[in-house]
Amino acid sequence: MSRFYLALGGLAVAGAVVLFLLIRQPAGAARAARDAPVAVVDDDFRGYTLGSDAAPVEVTEYSDFECPFCASFAAVQMPTIKQQLIATGKARWRYRDFPLPSHQYSRFAAHAAQCAGEQGKFWEMHDQLFYNHSWAQTGKNPAGLFRDFARAAGVDPARYDACMDSGRYAARIEFSRQEGDQRLVDGTPTFFVNGERLRSTSYGSDVFKHIVDSLAARRK
Amino acid sequence: MRHRQAIALLALVGFFVALYLWFYKIGLAGELKCGTGGCETVQTSPWAQLLGVPVAFYGVVGYAVLLAVALVGLQPSRLGRRGPTLVLAGLATAGFALTLWLTYLELFVIHAICRWCVGSALVMTGIWGVAVHALKREWGVGSGP
Repeated sequence: MSRFYLALGGLAVAGAVVLFLLIRQPAGAARAARDAPVAVVDDDFRGYTLGSDAAPVEVTEYSDFECPFCASFAAVQMPTIKQQLIATGKARWRYRDFPLPSHQYSRFAAHAAQCAGEQGKFWEMHDQLFYNHSWAQTGKNPAGLFRDFARAAGVDPARYDACMDSGRYAARIEFSRQEGDQRLVDGTPTFFVNGERLRSTSYGSDVFKHIVDSLAARRK
Repeated sequence: MRHRQAIALLALVGFFVALYLWFYKIGLAGELKCGTGGCETVQTSPWAQLLGVPVAFYGVVGYAVLLAVALVGLQPSRLGRRGPTLVLAGLATAGFALTLWLTYLELFVIHAICRWCVGSALVMTGIWGVAVHALKREWGVGSGP
Protein backbone atom coordinates (compact mmCIF):
# COMPACT_ATOMS: atom_id res chain seq x y z
CA MET A 1 0.00 0.00 0.00
CA SER A 2 2.76 2.47 0.91
CA ARG A 3 4.41 1.83 -2.45
CA PHE A 4 1.18 2.88 -4.09
CA TYR A 5 1.03 6.18 -2.19
CA LEU A 6 4.69 6.76 -2.99
CA ALA A 7 3.91 6.25 -6.69
CA LEU A 8 0.85 8.50 -6.45
CA GLY A 9 2.85 11.24 -4.72
CA GLY A 10 5.66 10.95 -7.26
CA LEU A 11 3.16 11.18 -10.09
CA ALA A 12 1.55 14.25 -8.51
CA VAL A 13 4.91 16.02 -8.20
CA ALA A 14 5.94 15.05 -11.74
CA GLY A 15 2.58 16.21 -13.10
CA ALA A 16 2.84 19.55 -11.32
CA VAL A 17 6.38 20.12 -12.64
CA VAL A 18 5.40 19.23 -16.22
CA LEU A 19 2.34 21.47 -15.96
CA PHE A 20 4.46 24.36 -14.71
CA LEU A 21 6.91 23.93 -17.59
CA LEU A 22 4.06 23.79 -20.10
CA ILE A 23 2.32 26.96 -18.93
CA ARG A 24 5.46 29.01 -18.36
CA GLN A 25 5.36 32.00 -20.70
CA PRO A 26 8.41 32.76 -22.82
CA ALA A 27 10.16 35.92 -21.65
CA GLY A 28 9.90 38.94 -23.86
CA ALA A 29 6.75 37.90 -25.63
CA ALA A 30 4.96 40.85 -27.18
CA ARG A 31 2.85 41.65 -24.14
CA ALA A 32 1.86 45.05 -25.42
CA ALA A 33 0.45 43.46 -28.55
CA ARG A 34 -1.77 41.03 -26.70
CA ASP A 35 -2.88 42.93 -23.61
CA ALA A 36 -6.26 44.58 -23.52
CA PRO A 37 -6.18 48.39 -23.31
CA VAL A 38 -7.19 50.00 -20.02
CA ALA A 39 -9.69 52.42 -21.54
CA VAL A 40 -12.41 51.20 -23.88
CA VAL A 41 -14.03 53.70 -26.19
CA ASP A 42 -17.15 53.30 -28.29
CA ASP A 43 -16.29 55.04 -31.56
CA ASP A 44 -19.58 53.94 -33.16
CA PHE A 45 -17.72 51.43 -35.28
CA ARG A 46 -19.65 48.16 -35.61
CA GLY A 47 -17.38 46.11 -37.84
CA TYR A 48 -16.43 45.97 -41.49
CA THR A 49 -19.08 44.58 -43.78
CA LEU A 50 -19.19 42.77 -47.08
CA GLY A 51 -22.21 42.93 -49.35
CA SER A 52 -25.15 45.15 -50.09
CA ASP A 53 -26.75 47.34 -47.43
CA ALA A 54 -30.07 46.27 -48.94
CA ALA A 55 -29.45 42.57 -48.36
CA PRO A 56 -32.36 41.05 -46.40
CA VAL A 57 -30.10 38.97 -44.17
CA GLU A 58 -27.12 40.04 -42.13
CA VAL A 59 -24.64 37.55 -40.70
CA THR A 60 -22.40 38.82 -37.91
CA GLU A 61 -19.29 36.79 -37.30
CA TYR A 62 -17.33 37.04 -34.05
CA SER A 63 -13.89 35.81 -34.95
CA ASP A 64 -10.28 35.65 -33.85
CA PHE A 65 -7.46 35.92 -36.39
CA GLU A 66 -5.31 33.44 -34.46
CA CYS A 67 -8.07 30.83 -34.22
CA PRO A 68 -7.40 27.91 -36.60
CA PHE A 69 -11.08 27.06 -36.85
CA CYS A 70 -11.80 30.63 -37.99
CA ALA A 71 -8.97 30.38 -40.53
CA SER A 72 -10.36 27.14 -41.87
CA PHE A 73 -13.81 28.73 -42.13
CA ALA A 74 -12.40 31.78 -43.94
CA ALA A 75 -10.37 29.72 -46.38
CA VAL A 76 -12.81 26.88 -47.08
CA GLN A 77 -16.35 28.18 -46.54
CA MET A 78 -16.16 31.93 -47.15
CA PRO A 79 -15.35 31.78 -50.88
CA THR A 80 -18.57 29.85 -51.50
CA ILE A 81 -20.54 32.12 -49.16
CA LYS A 82 -19.20 35.18 -50.97
CA GLN A 83 -20.13 33.73 -54.32
CA GLN A 84 -23.58 32.35 -53.46
CA LEU A 85 -24.87 34.76 -50.84
CA ILE A 86 -22.92 38.00 -50.69
CA ALA A 87 -22.29 38.65 -54.38
CA THR A 88 -25.92 37.81 -55.16
CA GLY A 89 -27.19 40.40 -52.69
CA LYS A 90 -28.86 37.81 -50.46
CA ALA A 91 -26.70 38.44 -47.41
CA ARG A 92 -24.39 40.98 -45.87
CA TRP A 93 -21.46 39.82 -43.75
CA ARG A 94 -20.23 41.71 -40.70
CA TYR A 95 -16.92 40.93 -39.05
CA ARG A 96 -16.46 41.55 -35.32
CA ASP A 97 -13.27 40.96 -33.39
CA PHE A 98 -13.38 38.52 -30.52
CA PRO A 99 -9.73 37.93 -29.55
CA LEU A 100 -9.50 34.95 -27.23
CA PRO A 101 -7.38 35.37 -24.09
CA SER A 102 -5.44 32.21 -24.85
CA HIS A 103 -4.00 33.66 -28.05
CA GLN A 104 -0.81 35.64 -27.90
CA TYR A 105 -1.12 37.65 -31.10
CA SER A 106 -4.89 37.85 -31.69
CA ARG A 107 -5.16 41.50 -30.74
CA PHE A 108 -2.05 42.32 -32.71
CA ALA A 109 -3.52 40.66 -35.81
CA ALA A 110 -6.88 42.36 -35.26
CA HIS A 111 -5.06 45.68 -35.01
CA ALA A 112 -3.16 44.97 -38.22
CA ALA A 113 -6.49 44.32 -39.96
CA GLN A 114 -7.92 47.58 -38.57
CA CYS A 115 -4.88 49.49 -39.81
CA ALA A 116 -5.38 47.98 -43.25
CA GLY A 117 -9.08 48.85 -42.96
CA GLU A 118 -8.12 52.45 -42.38
CA GLN A 119 -6.78 52.36 -45.93
CA GLY A 120 -9.83 50.53 -47.30
CA LYS A 121 -8.11 47.15 -47.31
CA PHE A 122 -9.66 45.35 -44.34
CA TRP A 123 -10.97 42.36 -46.26
CA GLU A 124 -7.74 42.00 -48.23
CA MET A 125 -5.80 41.93 -44.95
CA HIS A 126 -8.41 39.60 -43.42
CA ASP A 127 -7.73 37.14 -46.24
CA GLN A 128 -3.96 37.51 -45.92
CA LEU A 129 -4.10 36.76 -42.19
CA PHE A 130 -6.38 33.77 -42.59
CA TYR A 131 -5.06 32.30 -45.82
CA ASN A 132 -1.45 32.35 -44.62
CA HIS A 133 -2.25 31.07 -41.19
CA SER A 134 1.01 29.26 -40.47
CA TRP A 135 2.10 32.37 -38.52
CA ALA A 136 -0.32 31.31 -35.79
CA GLN A 137 1.46 28.01 -35.27
CA THR A 138 5.01 29.21 -34.82
CA GLY A 139 4.68 31.30 -31.64
CA LYS A 140 7.13 33.80 -33.12
CA ASN A 141 6.45 37.52 -33.18
CA PRO A 142 4.62 38.01 -36.49
CA ALA A 143 5.12 41.79 -36.79
CA GLY A 144 7.39 41.53 -39.84
CA LEU A 145 5.17 38.95 -41.48
CA PHE A 146 2.07 41.10 -40.95
CA ARG A 147 3.86 43.98 -42.58
CA ASP A 148 4.45 41.74 -45.61
CA PHE A 149 0.78 40.77 -45.56
CA ALA A 150 -0.20 44.42 -45.44
CA ARG A 151 2.00 45.17 -48.42
CA ALA A 152 0.48 42.21 -50.31
CA ALA A 153 -2.97 43.52 -49.41
CA GLY A 154 -2.14 46.81 -51.13
CA VAL A 155 -1.62 48.85 -47.97
CA ASP A 156 0.80 51.77 -47.83
CA PRO A 157 3.55 50.46 -45.50
CA ALA A 158 4.49 53.81 -43.97
CA ARG A 159 0.94 54.61 -42.95
CA TYR A 160 0.48 51.04 -41.76
CA ASP A 161 3.58 51.30 -39.55
CA ALA A 162 2.41 54.58 -38.07
CA CYS A 163 -1.00 53.09 -37.37
CA MET A 164 0.47 49.99 -35.71
CA ASP A 165 2.83 52.09 -33.60
CA SER A 166 -0.01 54.28 -32.41
CA GLY A 167 -2.17 51.36 -31.29
CA ARG A 168 -5.17 53.56 -31.94
CA TYR A 169 -7.58 50.70 -32.62
CA ALA A 170 -6.83 48.70 -29.49
CA ALA A 171 -9.81 50.22 -27.66
CA ARG A 172 -12.09 49.51 -30.63
CA ILE A 173 -11.03 45.86 -30.64
CA GLU A 174 -11.65 45.58 -26.92
CA PHE A 175 -15.06 47.19 -27.37
CA SER A 176 -15.90 44.52 -29.94
CA ARG A 177 -14.73 41.78 -27.58
CA GLN A 178 -16.85 43.16 -24.74
CA GLU A 179 -19.81 43.37 -27.10
CA GLY A 180 -19.24 39.67 -27.82
CA ASP A 181 -19.17 38.98 -24.09
CA GLN A 182 -22.51 40.72 -23.69
CA ARG A 183 -23.93 38.57 -26.47
CA LEU A 184 -22.61 35.48 -24.66
CA VAL A 185 -20.06 34.62 -27.32
CA ASP A 186 -17.98 31.84 -25.81
CA GLY A 187 -15.91 30.59 -28.73
CA THR A 188 -14.86 31.45 -32.23
CA PRO A 189 -16.25 31.65 -34.76
CA THR A 190 -19.71 32.48 -33.43
CA PHE A 191 -22.40 33.65 -35.82
CA PHE A 192 -25.57 35.67 -35.48
CA VAL A 193 -28.06 35.69 -38.33
CA ASN A 194 -30.30 38.77 -38.26
CA GLY A 195 -29.44 39.09 -34.59
CA GLU A 196 -30.23 35.47 -33.69
CA ARG A 197 -27.39 33.31 -32.56
CA LEU A 198 -26.72 30.46 -34.94
CA ARG A 199 -26.42 27.09 -33.22
CA SER A 200 -25.41 24.29 -35.51
CA THR A 201 -23.19 21.23 -35.42
CA SER A 202 -21.69 22.39 -38.72
CA TYR A 203 -20.79 25.79 -40.11
CA GLY A 204 -20.51 24.82 -43.74
CA SER A 205 -21.52 27.19 -46.52
CA ASP A 206 -24.56 24.97 -47.18
CA VAL A 207 -25.86 25.74 -43.66
CA PHE A 208 -25.69 29.48 -44.32
CA LYS A 209 -27.24 29.09 -47.76
CA HIS A 210 -30.15 27.14 -46.31
CA ILE A 211 -30.75 29.70 -43.54
CA VAL A 212 -30.39 32.75 -45.78
CA ASP A 213 -32.66 31.25 -48.45
CA SER A 214 -35.33 30.35 -45.92
CA LEU A 215 -35.20 33.81 -44.29
CA ALA A 216 -35.35 35.52 -47.67
CA ALA A 217 -38.31 33.34 -48.72
CA ARG A 218 -40.13 34.22 -45.49
CA ARG A 219 -39.81 37.93 -46.27
CA LYS A 220 -41.35 37.58 -49.72
CA MET B 1 -7.73 -3.09 -4.25
CA ARG B 2 -5.51 -3.12 -7.31
CA HIS B 3 -8.19 -1.74 -9.58
CA ARG B 4 -8.81 1.23 -7.28
CA GLN B 5 -5.09 1.96 -7.21
CA ALA B 6 -4.93 1.77 -11.02
CA ILE B 7 -7.93 4.09 -11.34
CA ALA B 8 -6.41 6.58 -8.87
CA LEU B 9 -3.14 6.71 -10.84
CA LEU B 10 -4.90 7.04 -14.19
CA ALA B 11 -7.28 9.68 -12.83
CA LEU B 12 -4.32 11.73 -11.60
CA VAL B 13 -2.76 11.64 -15.08
CA GLY B 14 -6.09 12.63 -16.63
CA PHE B 15 -6.50 15.38 -14.06
CA PHE B 16 -3.24 17.04 -15.12
CA VAL B 17 -4.09 16.75 -18.82
CA ALA B 18 -7.53 18.32 -18.24
CA LEU B 19 -6.02 20.97 -15.97
CA TYR B 20 -3.56 21.99 -18.69
CA LEU B 21 -6.34 22.29 -21.27
CA TRP B 22 -8.48 24.27 -18.83
CA PHE B 23 -5.59 26.62 -18.01
CA TYR B 24 -5.17 27.16 -21.74
CA LYS B 25 -8.88 27.84 -22.19
CA ILE B 26 -8.95 30.51 -19.49
CA GLY B 27 -5.79 32.14 -20.80
CA LEU B 28 -3.29 30.98 -18.18
CA ALA B 29 -1.26 28.64 -20.36
CA GLY B 30 -0.25 30.85 -23.30
CA GLU B 31 0.15 28.81 -26.46
CA LEU B 32 -0.91 25.20 -26.42
CA LYS B 33 2.08 22.86 -26.79
CA CYS B 34 0.74 20.48 -29.35
CA GLY B 35 3.07 19.95 -32.29
CA THR B 36 0.24 20.45 -34.76
CA GLY B 37 -2.51 23.00 -35.11
CA GLY B 38 -5.07 20.37 -34.15
CA CYS B 39 -5.21 21.25 -30.46
CA GLU B 40 -5.83 24.93 -31.19
CA THR B 41 -8.48 24.06 -33.75
CA VAL B 42 -10.31 21.85 -31.29
CA GLN B 43 -9.87 24.07 -28.24
CA THR B 44 -10.97 27.25 -29.98
CA SER B 45 -13.94 25.63 -31.69
CA PRO B 46 -17.47 26.26 -30.40
CA TRP B 47 -17.57 22.64 -29.18
CA ALA B 48 -14.86 23.31 -26.59
CA GLN B 49 -17.65 24.74 -24.44
CA LEU B 50 -20.56 22.82 -22.98
CA LEU B 51 -23.40 24.84 -21.40
CA GLY B 52 -21.12 27.85 -21.25
CA VAL B 53 -18.39 26.00 -19.38
CA PRO B 54 -15.10 24.85 -20.98
CA VAL B 55 -15.24 21.10 -21.64
CA ALA B 56 -11.80 20.83 -20.04
CA PHE B 57 -13.27 22.00 -16.75
CA TYR B 58 -15.66 19.05 -16.75
CA GLY B 59 -12.56 16.90 -17.20
CA VAL B 60 -10.81 18.55 -14.24
CA VAL B 61 -13.83 17.96 -11.99
CA GLY B 62 -14.50 14.47 -13.34
CA TYR B 63 -10.97 13.21 -12.87
CA ALA B 64 -10.76 14.82 -9.42
CA VAL B 65 -13.96 13.04 -8.35
CA LEU B 66 -12.71 9.72 -9.77
CA LEU B 67 -9.44 10.17 -7.88
CA ALA B 68 -11.26 11.04 -4.65
CA VAL B 69 -13.64 8.08 -4.88
CA ALA B 70 -10.76 5.71 -5.64
CA LEU B 71 -8.77 7.01 -2.66
CA VAL B 72 -11.78 6.77 -0.35
CA GLY B 73 -12.29 3.22 -1.59
CA LEU B 74 -8.70 2.41 -0.67
CA GLN B 75 -9.22 3.28 2.99
CA PRO B 76 -8.84 0.12 5.11
CA SER B 77 -12.41 0.41 6.39
CA ARG B 78 -13.78 0.43 2.85
CA LEU B 79 -11.52 -2.04 1.10
CA GLY B 80 -13.99 -4.88 1.36
CA ARG B 81 -16.98 -2.81 0.34
CA ARG B 82 -18.38 -2.96 -3.15
CA GLY B 83 -20.01 0.49 -3.16
CA PRO B 84 -16.91 2.41 -4.32
CA THR B 85 -16.50 -0.05 -7.20
CA LEU B 86 -20.06 0.61 -8.31
CA VAL B 87 -19.63 4.40 -8.05
CA LEU B 88 -16.34 4.25 -9.96
CA ALA B 89 -17.94 2.18 -12.72
CA GLY B 90 -20.84 4.65 -12.96
CA LEU B 91 -18.60 7.70 -13.11
CA ALA B 92 -16.21 6.02 -15.55
CA THR B 93 -19.09 5.04 -17.85
CA ALA B 94 -20.36 8.64 -17.89
CA GLY B 95 -16.83 9.90 -18.58
CA PHE B 96 -16.32 7.30 -21.29
CA ALA B 97 -19.60 8.26 -22.97
CA LEU B 98 -18.55 11.93 -22.97
CA THR B 99 -15.16 10.91 -24.36
CA LEU B 100 -16.83 9.01 -27.22
CA TRP B 101 -18.97 12.05 -28.03
CA LEU B 102 -15.98 14.42 -27.99
CA THR B 103 -13.91 12.07 -30.15
CA TYR B 104 -16.79 11.89 -32.63
CA LEU B 105 -16.86 15.71 -32.76
CA GLU B 106 -13.11 15.86 -33.38
CA LEU B 107 -13.19 13.30 -36.18
CA PHE B 108 -16.41 14.14 -37.99
CA VAL B 109 -17.41 17.72 -37.12
CA ILE B 110 -14.27 19.71 -36.29
CA HIS B 111 -12.04 17.57 -38.52
CA ALA B 112 -9.02 18.05 -36.27
CA ILE B 113 -7.32 15.92 -33.66
CA CYS B 114 -6.04 17.36 -30.40
CA ARG B 115 -3.24 15.19 -29.02
CA TRP B 116 -4.02 16.18 -25.44
CA CYS B 117 -7.64 15.19 -25.99
CA VAL B 118 -6.51 11.85 -27.41
CA GLY B 119 -4.35 11.39 -24.31
CA SER B 120 -7.32 12.14 -22.07
CA ALA B 121 -9.51 9.78 -24.13
CA LEU B 122 -6.98 6.95 -23.70
CA VAL B 123 -6.80 7.58 -19.95
CA MET B 124 -10.59 7.61 -19.62
CA THR B 125 -10.88 4.45 -21.72
CA GLY B 126 -8.34 2.79 -19.44
CA ILE B 127 -10.26 3.87 -16.33
CA TRP B 128 -13.51 2.62 -17.82
CA GLY B 129 -11.95 -0.74 -18.75
CA VAL B 130 -10.53 -1.24 -15.26
CA ALA B 131 -13.74 -0.10 -13.55
CA VAL B 132 -15.99 -2.36 -15.62
CA HIS B 133 -13.64 -5.32 -15.12
CA ALA B 134 -13.72 -4.75 -11.35
CA LEU B 135 -17.50 -4.42 -11.39
CA LYS B 136 -17.82 -7.76 -13.17
CA ARG B 137 -15.52 -9.44 -10.66
CA GLU B 138 -17.08 -7.99 -7.53
CA TRP B 139 -20.72 -7.96 -8.52
CA GLY B 140 -20.78 -10.68 -11.10
CA VAL B 141 -22.37 -8.25 -13.57
CA GLY B 142 -22.56 -9.78 -17.02
CA SER B 143 -21.05 -13.10 -15.88
CA GLY B 144 -24.35 -15.04 -16.06
CA PRO B 145 -25.86 -17.41 -13.46
